[in-house]
Amino acid sequence: MINLIYLTVLLPLIGFLINGLFGRKIKNACPDDVGEKIIGIIGSATVGISFLIVVGAFFQTLALPVEERSNTVGLFTWLSVGGLNVKFAYLVDQLSLTMALIVTGVGFLIHVYSIGYMHGDKGFWRFFAYLNLFIFAMMNLILGDNFVVLFLGWEGVGLCSYLLIGFWYDRNFEKGTTSQAAKKAFVVNRIGDFGFLLGMFLIYLTFDSLNFNEVLSKAATFPVAESTFGLIAIFLFIGATGKSAQIPLFVWLPDAMAGPTPVSALIHAATMVTAGVYMVSRTSIIFASAPTVMMIVAVVGLLTAIMAASIGLVQNDIKKVLAYSTVSQLGYMFLAAGMGAFSASIFHVMTHAFFKALLFLGAGSVIHGMHEEQNIQKYGGLKKYMPRTYLTFFIATLAIAGVPGLSGFFSKDEILWNAYANGGFIFWLVGMITAMMTAFYMFRLLSLTFYGNERFDHHHVHPHESPPVMTVPLIILAFLSIVGGYIGLPKVFVGEHGNLFESWLEPVYEPAMNKLAHFGSHSHLEEILLMAASVALALSAIYFAIHVYNKKPQIAENVSAKFKGFYNLLLNKYFVDEAYEAAVVQPIQKGSEKLLWKFADVAIIDGAVNGLASLIDKSSGVIRKIQTGATHAYAVIMITGIAIALLWLILSL
Amino acid sequence: MSAVPMEYYLILSAFMFCVGVAGVLIRRNAIVVFMSIELMLNSANLTLVTFSSYLGNSIGQVFVFFVMTVAAAEAAVGLAIIIAIFRNKLTVNIDAINIFKW
Repeated sequence: MINLIYLTVLLPLIGFLINGLFGRKIKNACPDDVGEKIIGIIGSATVGISFLIVVGAFFQTLALPVEERSNTVGLFTWLSVGGLNVKFAYLVDQLSLTMALIVTGVGFLIHVYSIGYMHGDKGFWRFFAYLNLFIFAMMNLILGDNFVVLFLGWEGVGLCSYLLIGFWYDRNFEKGTTSQAAKKAFVVNRIGDFGFLLGMFLIYLTFDSLNFNEVLSKAATFPVAESTFGLIAIFLFIGATGKSAQIPLFVWLPDAMAGPTPVSALIHAATMVTAGVYMVSRTSIIFASAPTVMMIVAVVGLLTAIMAASIGLVQNDIKKVLAYSTVSQLGYMFLAAGMGAFSASIFHVMTHAFFKALLFLGAGSVIHGMHEEQNIQKYGGLKKYMPRTYLTFFIATLAIAGVPGLSGFFSKDEILWNAYANGGFIFWLVGMITAMMTAFYMFRLLSLTFYGNERFDHHHVHPHESPPVMTVPLIILAFLSIVGGYIGLPKVFVGEHGNLFESWLEPVYEPAMNKLAHFGSHSHLEEILLMAASVALALSAIYFAIHVYNKKPQIAENVSAKFKGFYNLLLNKYFVDEAYEAAVVQPIQKGSEKLLWKFADVAIIDGAVNGLASLIDKSSGVIRKIQTGATHAYAVIMITGIAIALLWLILSL
Repeated sequence: MSAVPMEYYLILSAFMFCVGVAGVLIRRNAIVVFMSIELMLNSANLTLVTFSSYLGNSIGQVFVFFVMTVAAAEAAVGLAIIIAIFRNKLTVNIDAINIFKW
């Protein structure tokens, strides 16, 4: 199965080609819904089979001894230029298999869900073609055995993200159009990609290779200056902040909600946005060799986490709340990576993929049932109309809020413990406050949506449960959100080797761990106390949220009225978009218009070209007067010339 | 050998050439200008024959035959052009024939 890993990339590509080239024909050729079914089955089946192959490869790898678990599947030589030799090869190891399982598994469920969600959309075939293309690109990103293949996937997912955010290109989104949101995502990502490219160049310059195995083993042994490592790491991290929506490049992710909800679930929650985490994790040895950058990563992650969570407290669009929640959770992952807990960050990638995909799909189910209404202030009391959506959404909310026993608790706790052990009390405290905010805004969302008074207009809106094709994926994801955490139980309970997830990934991070300084040991009691504290705080936040939004909504109004300035600051997302508009977009626009267009282009370049033309025009207007047409004048000039020439000849003899 | 020195022929030839040049520059009648050009050609012929005779080399005389042939051809074409112009403009005054200008 390991040797067949290329099929997991090829199949989605085939699905993309079939649906992309013939999707419209299939739809037109078949009566009613049959065409949609065929397209949906092609799209889902290709990803489903990929998932089965990955599962096979996973078990085959699991059966191998630990030191043989990293395998390379070479396909062909891609580029061979001078000393640069890039092979198109896939690296099948613990890390890439974990990510591949998440991407194909969650991806498959979301494909199936989309059959129901996108039912009747005029671009149904286009949607599935894009989704398959995305899986193709994402699998390249994950499985690539060198930076170039990773970059191919990196750009590919960016393209698919752009295409899918702007999928409903004829719709409006907030103050603009979906196309503008798509453009914003693309341009902001481009900034990050530029950093990533520079990082790649530096890696090639330093290690003379772009192959993961070569670079990473050289990074562990070569005598390279720490400043070089720092520079490479910071460039790679800039790339990660773009793709994974961290400060300062997070602004595109909330706007990415302009796309259809399954896209938000697949690309902007579960998979693509975790590409940055994966990349940091893959190059862990480089980051581990640059302690300063590790600290930057941790601080950026922490700040992003708390900032996005605080914005999430007051948003009223169901998808916006989840979007900021995603940014916040991604911040957690980078906090973990910055603390050197790479396996904890990947663990959180996995659990987050389960519960956040579930939350988005649940939100999609709600939006679907509420006729495209997204404002949670206009929901209320949906519990009895959508029992299955409610139940699964409730489970996911518990998981993300960190209620003990669910997946989110284990991964979040692992990160918080690492923040405390390696970073200090402040890191833990800020992380804990973020966790409380998360619990609060999620239960606010839950309460406003499913509990309380029905605040929608009964004459126009008839809430209804979604069809099984949508609810079955929800139930599977809910199951995973519950049990997904048990493969990564805290060491304090199960002993040094009891954390299956960490033991599985350990060989990947071994070189990095050898380089990282080990911090003083902490007692089990400390860990258990912190865990208890985090549980208590999360539960009190949950209680508080339910109390406020179910029983006494006036408290929320009073608080927001009392802290009006702060409330507005949060509601307007700290005015980051406005600040970027003023500090970056406007100067570029003005500069482009006044300097580059009106001055450089029109005045200088056009001026030079047109000036030369008019100079020739004017001067030739004068010179042409010589041609009088009077033959005598020509003869005189000619003879004068001959006479002068002769005279000169004679005199020079 | 002839008793007439070479300079005499050359001076005559140069004089004829200058008359031809002056005729081309001064006269307005196209036929006269044409005749002046013939005069210049013939002065050149005279020079060639003179040198040929004094140097005892026949190449100069052969050359003269060529010039005369070309001059005859030129006369035929040139006169035909002048007639064509006259038919159009009813004049052979060169100053009137100046349409080929800016």
